Amino acid sequence: MEAVVPVHGVMAEFDDATEFVAAIHAIKEAGYEGFDAYSPMPIEEAAEAMGLHGNRLPLMVLCGGITGFCVGYALAYWTGVVNYPLNVGGRPLHSWPAYIPVLFECTVLFASLTAVFGMLGLNGLPKLYHPVFNVERFALASQSRFFVCIEATDPKFDLEGTKRFLQGLTSSQVSEVES
Amino acid sequence: MAGNTVQARQRPYKPPVLGRGQTFDTVTDKIAGVVDREQQPRGWWIGFVIGFALLNVLLLCLGCLFAWGTGIWGVNNPVGWAFAIINFVWWIGIGHAGTLISAILLLLHQDWRTSINRFAEAMTLFAVACAGIFPIVHTGRPWVAYWLLPYPGTMMVWPNFRSPLVWDVFAVSTYATVSALFWFVGLIPDLATLRDRAENPLVARIYGAFALGWRGSVRHWHRYETAYLLLAGLSTPLVISVHSIVSFDFAVGVIPGWHATIFPPYFVAGAIYAGFAMVLTIAIPLRRMYDIKSFITAQHLDYMARVMLATGLMVCYGYFTEAFFSWYSANAFEQFMIQNRMFGPYMNMYWLLILCNAVAIQTLWFEKVRRSPVVLFVICMFVNVGMWLERFVIVVTSLHRDFMPSSWFMYYPTIWDIGTFVGTIGLFLTLLFLFVRFLPMISMFEMRTLVPAAEVKEEH
Repeated sequence: MEAVVPVHGVMAEFDDATEFVAAIHAIKEAGYEGFDAYSPMPIEEAAEAMGLHGNRLPLMVLCGGITGFCVGYALAYWTGVVNYPLNVGGRPLHSWPAYIPVLFECTVLFASLTAVFGMLGLNGLPKLYHPVFNVERFALASQSRFFVCIEATDPKFDLEGTKRFLQGLTSSQVSEVES
Repeated sequence: MAGNTVQARQRPYKPPVLGRGQTFDTVTDKIAGVVDREQQPRGWWIGFVIGFALLNVLLLCLGCLFAWGTGIWGVNNPVGWAFAIINFVWWIGIGHAGTLISAILLLLHQDWRTSINRFAEAMTLFAVACAGIFPIVHTGRPWVAYWLLPYPGTMMVWPNFRSPLVWDVFAVSTYATVSALFWFVGLIPDLATLRDRAENPLVARIYGAFALGWRGSVRHWHRYETAYLLLAGLSTPLVISVHSIVSFDFAVGVIPGWHATIFPPYFVAGAIYAGFAMVLTIAIPLRRMYDIKSFITAQHLDYMARVMLATGLMVCYGYFTEAFFSWYSANAFEQFMIQNRMFGPYMNMYWLLILCNAVAIQTLWFEKVRRSPVVLFVICMFVNVGMWLERFVIVVTSLHRDFMPSSWFMYYPTIWDIGTFVGTIGLFLTLLFLFVRFLPMISMFEMRTLVPAAEVKEEH
């Protein structure tokens, strides 16, 4: 174990979306990989700048929907045809067109649950504690300010050097993040 | 400048949806300020007290219903559905505008939805909660309402999946679940804002727990946006399916006046129509009470009124088609049904319905009316009443005189019917005012995307 104060990373603050996206580009160009950016609302350009393109969520939701359909069909078929056949005016037991509403609802239900819990799961939420919350000004990340945090795990990270690098990018504060 | 002209050429002119001079801070302070403030305005207290008083009426009516049974209602043979089903359809229809605003308008890139989607979604949830009460208590033995669900029980019976009533159980429960998820997902970033603004550590902890530790990471936003769009895409067909399935409860039956293929689209249009009227009924007092006219502008009222006019005309077309087909069918029962509706014992209800739903909304053709909050509020009240009357006419006039004159009978609501209905309005108001007090009624993070500083300017 090292005796130094553990540091999660170095955080810089920005005024608006334009500065913020420019800073992400600069950090990428400087060769940093282990960093994260925080904004009070979704910014498409920021995601592009970080090199985020597709994600796995749509595929997961498709699988969820297909699962819902199959579960719904299996339920309707097994209960209505196998386990508890009910003769209603001599109509066929396996009258699948009459299953459509229930199958549709099951498909949507499973797909929606997958979308929500898949998103939370991939994002690693809920996670009530995170080192970035140690920075007092970070409370503004959910209101009006933009932040970038280069993490200590990055191979290029060097406390003083990274600090100086970030100070060159922003006119606002740069601070250490305790871990 | 050059960039602006290019943009202007690409897009047709759209009136601004956010008042001038807004920044991140003004948006956040104004919306979160409603929740932060120590003392709510007098209007809030008046609304909440009225709502809570009516909620107690609901509890009283339900308590007596559980003690004495559905005999205290005016239901009889042949009118076995009456108020419970009228109110169920009315409430569930109101909910539909919330999903339409949050999902369909999102997919259509209508920026103006941003200021109204949050409370419209809340309205959906509360309306579905009110709606859900009715079919459950209408079963007569609500403590065994779980029999509606497919579960492996010792009785060894299963629901019949070919029955519209089972479709309804699936549709409404799915709709309630998905609406709640959609609403909650939209709230997560705003809950984080409330967490970070809270001065009281306990309040910060409560909001923090619900915010799930949201920290606004760009990676998170990226997946969040995908999930939000997917939910919108899933909700869009869902909302249409729900009211279609509700209409199947009627259309699959053989009763004259119910057994019609026009029912699903006619019901969906009616639902959106009623829902927009309710959104306006809520928005107009709220924007005045909390002085948020720069977020919910006259332009918003105008747009909502236009949607109301369009869907209202579709509903009128439905009335016309019903009348036309009963004549064109050359079926004596169908012809009698429409004649009985228009000139039978419930004719007042029918013509009042036409007055509310077909005549009153014609004023919405005028821009002055659409932009005048007071006049618009009055028209919305007409629509709220009119859509309730529509369900009354469909349910009661069709049932009370069917094929056999020997089984004809009149239906009159009792005080308990009326009390239960008014009581659900109390439940709705109570939930709505609590929502306004404790959660941001406008989506803050989406409003921030409309602020000029959120736009990434090209540097080159």
